[in-house]
Amino acid sequence: MADIVATPKSQSHGDHYDVDYLNDGSLLSWLTTVDHKKLGVMYLWSILFMFFLGGVFALLVRLELMNPGQTIMTAEQYNKAFTLHGAIMVFLVIIPSIPAALGNFALPLMLGAKDVAFPRLNLLSFWIYVTGAIIATVAMVTGGVDTGWTFYTPYSTTTDGPVALMTFAAFVLGFSSILTGVNFVATVHKLRAPGMGWFKMPLFVWGIYATAIIQVLATPVLAITLLLLIFERLFGVGVFDPKLGGDPVLFQHFFWFYSHPAVYIMILPGMAIISEVIPTMSQKVFFGYKATAFSSVAIAIVSFVVWGHHMFTSGQSQLAGAIFSFLTFLVGIPSAIKVFNWITTMYKGSISLAAPMLYALMFLILFGIGGLTGIFLGTMSVDIHLHDTYFVVAHFHYVMMGSTLIAFLAGLHFWWPKMFGRMYNERAAQIAAFFVFIGFNATFLPQFLLGSRGMPRRYYDYLPEFTFLHQVSTVGSWLLGLGFVIMAGYLFASLRKKMDAPSNPWHARTLDWQTSSPPITHNFHEIPVLKQGPYDYFKPFEPSVEGYHE
Amino acid sequence: MSEHAHSSGARVYVLTLVALLILTGITVGASYINFGSASANIIIAIAIATVKVSLVALFFMHLRHDNPLNAIIFISSLIFLGIFLAFPLIDIQSRDKIIPNGLRVREQVAAPKQAAPAAPAPAAPVHH
Amino acid sequence: MSSESYGHAAEHAFRQHHFVNSEQQFDTSKLGMWLFLATEILMFGGLFVGFGLMQANYPEAWVAGHHHLDRIMGSINTVFLLCSSFTMVMAVHASSTNQKSKTVLNLLATLAFAGGFMVIKYFEYSHKFHEGILPGRYFSYAGGGPPEQAMFFGFYFAMTGIHGVHVLIGMILIAWLTIRAQRGEFSSAYYTPVDLIGLYWHLVDLIWIYLFPLLYLVS
Repeated sequence: MADIVATPKSQSHGDHYDVDYLNDGSLLSWLTTVDHKKLGVMYLWSILFMFFLGGVFALLVRLELMNPGQTIMTAEQYNKAFTLHGAIMVFLVIIPSIPAALGNFALPLMLGAKDVAFPRLNLLSFWIYVTGAIIATVAMVTGGVDTGWTFYTPYSTTTDGPVALMTFAAFVLGFSSILTGVNFVATVHKLRAPGMGWFKMPLFVWGIYATAIIQVLATPVLAITLLLLIFERLFGVGVFDPKLGGDPVLFQHFFWFYSHPAVYIMILPGMAIISEVIPTMSQKVFFGYKATAFSSVAIAIVSFVVWGHHMFTSGQSQLAGAIFSFLTFLVGIPSAIKVFNWITTMYKGSISLAAPMLYALMFLILFGIGGLTGIFLGTMSVDIHLHDTYFVVAHFHYVMMGSTLIAFLAGLHFWWPKMFGRMYNERAAQIAAFFVFIGFNATFLPQFLLGSRGMPRRYYDYLPEFTFLHQVSTVGSWLLGLGFVIMAGYLFASLRKKMDAPSNPWHARTLDWQTSSPPITHNFHEIPVLKQGPYDYFKPFEPSVEGYHE
Repeated sequence: MSEHAHSSGARVYVLTLVALLILTGITVGASYINFGSASANIIIAIAIATVKVSLVALFFMHLRHDNPLNAIIFISSLIFLGIFLAFPLIDIQSRDKIIPNGLRVREQVAAPKQAAPAAPAPAAPVHH
Repeated sequence: MSSESYGHAAEHAFRQHHFVNSEQQFDTSKLGMWLFLATEILMFGGLFVGFGLMQANYPEAWVAGHHHLDRIMGSINTVFLLCSSFTMVMAVHASSTNQKSKTVLNLLATLAFAGGFMVIKYFEYSHKFHEGILPGRYFSYAGGGPPEQAMFFGFYFAMTGIHGVHVLIGMILIAWLTIRAQRGEFSSAYYTPVDLIGLYWHLVDLIWIYLFPLLYLVS
């Protein structure tokens, strides 16, 4: 594959020559921009807003669960609250978060490219996301949905409410994800700077690439699943309804064929960020680069053959269950390889405990817990007891929030100076990180106990003996929320300062840090020719970009 | 712009079309013949269709002369589709047929086209 | 019009700034289209998987359903699409060799075959509606047969319907190409849109190549 084109001289457009991207063009021009950095920032604000919305639903759910029986809402309202919390967080926050916000911003910079492969497609992806968000909001305010974010049939095909609208919103959002995936695969193959072979790419790129493969292959199946669900509601086709001869387990096969790889769409970019933050903050070459790079692709591939572990108790055959269980164990192996490599990378490094690193360390702990509990659940015999209990809820919050979201925060704090040209207040960041960590564990650690003692998930009411742990969990959610409020405070405060961030505050070696903070619109005056590897901390730094200064 | 991938002249396209039309004729003809079991007919039909798809992909879509990455993408999508078909099929074929007391086997009952179930169904889901 | 000078003008007019040369842009665009086709294969493929799994459950209903489909009309549609694929690739070839009128003619022929496909589709559907063969709860065919035929037709309408939508979208895109080709926008230096939409059109054909035997030909 002759993808590396050795043509360093590029065209420069006079009017954008030296202006940083934030100050280039009117506010209105952002709505039609094809600049990947601006699109990344717009995704970022949208996602943070959706996170706030999903978080409010979470706090309401936890508040209701403070006591058995009714606390602040009826059972029907509760069903809607947790459904909307899940649907918003999965489709509008976690799946797009790292690829669309941080990936869009950083990927071309890290590759030494001037933009992604298809900038106009990128713009389309963003507006499709916004459209999906609007449709979902309409569904929320016109009655909401109470099926759980998994939309299991036959309840979802027969219950009242704007189910078709909500699933159509997810259908639309899926296309945003698909087009982003298409864009990123093409970008990684075709737009790497001269000298950047596959094994000179930063590991963040490998992670985003593996994620993009999943986005391209898996999301279309979600599209057809949701379409069939809508058909069933509109026409009573009966594919998934046993009263009409259909098979509800078939819906689950369809749904989880996407939704399992989807959780790897969530975690792979998170791992990709950790693979950047750790070597940078340890000022040390990455240990096991190739193994880690391959493990990203391995996770992507194996993620497609394990979906039945969500269906052990659904009526799936025992043979299928056993096959899926075995394959689920396999997917833990590349993840473990990464954890060992991260830890070994830190060994004898010169560790900085700045905010990105705090979140990266948190990731190691929380992903350790989340990943291992995934193996417990993947063991069919154990899952029979734990399925649909709070153990599952705890597990997926440890991986989706404790790992992916924490990694997103690591990346946000890592790239914040690059994106906005300002540093946030480090002390405030440490305080917020403290509350996030304590609050997160206080919220979700008790849920492992609740689940293993029999507390079912999605239940509005519960037995009195579960009260104490529920209350600990609810108070934990307040601490977690406090952490985020503090974070919003110092991040927004930083934006009111003038742009004083250095180009390379973390002394990193990748190409993104060799641009100005923030970068000019076209990223580079000339396409750089790569001189050193991304983690060559054992050598003195030789910048690949002309005119680089710290 | 280079001409590297576009050496398939008009002749190749005409030959491909002829082959496709002939194969279409064969597959339609084969559908009138009973090859034994129902699955034999399906397999033959799918096999012929696969040949046709290969011809379109290789010649009309230029995969023969293109960057191999494009072919890899195409084949990969088919492989993953195969996985999506295979696992649920294994599930469905290996499910136990449990007939609790009092229920009748589905095949023996001619259910009317609308909702009434063939057997006393468990309580309908509560919904609003 | 010399292709050399037009070529350079086209290069500047159509090359985007983040690519270093037109070849990189063309190869990348093609790669992007193949990735998109992969997503279409998986989306349609989902329908095939559902169809196949339900067929395993209700073989008699599927056979009964097949008998309502007209093999001849299906065959004609297959021939139309195969020919349209041929004229499409001839259009790509013509546009890449600076043959403007051949490009336009082949694109128009492609549209004609596609239109023929849709006409036959219209007759098929209206005949079905007339007989009460409609998806799901609207299935009111009075001629007997296994009740799960309703599910077969649910799939039939979903699969041919979504395929039909893709044909219509393709026709719109090809019409757009025809206008651009008539304006002389394509040449050996730049014919990317013809090539890419050609790939999309071939995919629409590929899907029908599998749809046809699975829906119409199984006895």
